[in-house]
Amino acid sequence: MWFLTKQFAVRRYFTHCLSALIDLVCGTKRWRTSEFVLASLVFVQTHSLQDLQQPAVSSKVYVQRDYSSGTICKFQTKFPSELESRLDKQQFDETIQTLNNLYAEAEKLGGKSYLEGCLACVTAYTIFLCMETHYEKVLKKIARYIKDQNEKIYAPRGLLLTDPIERGLRVVEVTIFEDRSIGSGR
Amino acid sequence: MRECEYSQISTRSSTPMETPYKKRTPKKRKWEAFPGRNKFYCDGRIMMAKQTGVFYLTLFLILVTCGLFFTFDCPFLALQLTPIIPVVGGALFLFVLGTLLRTSFSDPGVLPRATPDEAADLERQIDVANGSTGYRPPPRTKEILINGQTVKLKYCFTCKIFRPPRASHCSLCDNCVERFDHHCPWVGNCVGRRNYRFFYMFILSLSFLTIFIFAFVITHIILRKWLSFMRQTHTPAGCVLAVVVCFFSVWSIVGLSGFHTYLISSNQTTNEDIKGSWSSKRGKDNFNPYSYGNIVTNCCAALCGPLPPSETLNRQLFTDRLIPIPVLFIDP
Repeated sequence: MWFLTKQFAVRRYFTHCLSALIDLVCGTKRWRTSEFVLASLVFVQTHSLQDLQQPAVSSKVYVQRDYSSGTICKFQTKFPSELESRLDKQQFDETIQTLNNLYAEAEKLGGKSYLEGCLACVTAYTIFLCMETHYEKVLKKIARYIKDQNEKIYAPRGLLLTDPIERGLRVVEVTIFEDRSIGSGR
Repeated sequence: MRECEYSQISTRSSTPMETPYKKRTPKKRKWEAFPGRNKFYCDGRIMMAKQTGVFYLTLFLILVTCGLFFTFDCPFLALQLTPIIPVVGGALFLFVLGTLLRTSFSDPGVLPRATPDEAADLERQIDVANGSTGYRPPPRTKEILINGQTVKLKYCFTCKIFRPPRASHCSLCDNCVERFDHHCPWVGNCVGRRNYRFFYMFILSLSFLTIFIFAFVITHIILRKWLSFMRQTHTPAGCVLAVVVCFFSVWSIVGLSGFHTYLISSNQTTNEDIKGSWSSKRGKDNFNPYSYGNIVTNCCAALCGPLPPSETLNRQLFTDRLIPIPVLFIDP
């Protein structure tokens, strides 16, 4: 299934293929077979850029923070009604619960975090110039988890999760794309 | 052969589809489009308030006083008493400087403003909740229960968000700051969640440094007068100046350290203390829902707890595309 980028990126892509073709013809650069095939398709296909459909954003759903346990980062597990047609409640619950657990792990007060804090204090906080904090490590883990969830569960349903750090840890943004499938085969 | 891969807008790395023939306009970083009234230096690595004059005064006072101490007093004290004095003084001075710069230059915990879509969604929810009235919208607050205590979340009209608990909007910097303590002109920045521990360490170490310098300069002056083999009894002007500066600053700095020690042990912010948010005067059942119950845990949590990274992501590349888009990758 073709999922194409926005217009300017598509235009860039075709320019890239054209330039690849030019390079090949002029012998200025060796190119990969697949790219050459695609580049030649530029001349064969008669589709214009306008014909190529892009996924339009239908709406966005925001999952707000749950402050019942204090200021720790925790998101509400209430299932948004807009997602009912696209996603199972259980899958959504699982995603949010895992995210909450990961954030709890990042903000956990324990021996390890105290040790890190004391070591940082003793070195006048210069240690953070060479070392990553525990929180940053967990945030990277969260980013990987969200990417994984998007690939496996959300993208096939025309949804996209945004990493909360991109929104200041205020909301989990779920973008709902219009369900338009184009082209043949997946 | 073809792979669909979803990724957020890659603002850090360049896309593989960039054509080498078109010259691109230089990419802007997020700090250049920052909506608040902050000043940035070193390509977004340093974030300070707009008014930094008093910060330079603080720096000047510390450097000059320590400079006078090391120039006029340390040689005498190192010879007459012990060389450990300048060593300890030097270590204290470096620690004070380090914590001051860390407090002043780091992001205090600024909450990024809501995206237009987010703001519209919130407005819609508020209208639904209030039953959209044509004239004079009611004050936007939300009451929640935190550990059994009712807390009111206020809507910030500038940032278009419901402020998290303990957050407050700094009118000087025009930002909402998490766990807002106060705006300190002496460090030229707000004191919030991310730099409170540095601020506390700064005022604590500065108290020790001030008392240290004060005590040893007095010792120096006394020793000079009492040692009979010292012909000259003239006290260098530098010593007197150092004593005067230390004398006037020790009261305020030690007082401030004491106050913040109390705040940390009860897990309160200056803002909450001034407003009397958790004071028993407000009500019999009024208590601080954020306190861990005992002083040691409160201190450890405030000073040694995990340090959250900056949410403003100042050095990331700025893009006005807020919609994450699915991107096509082709197998090599």
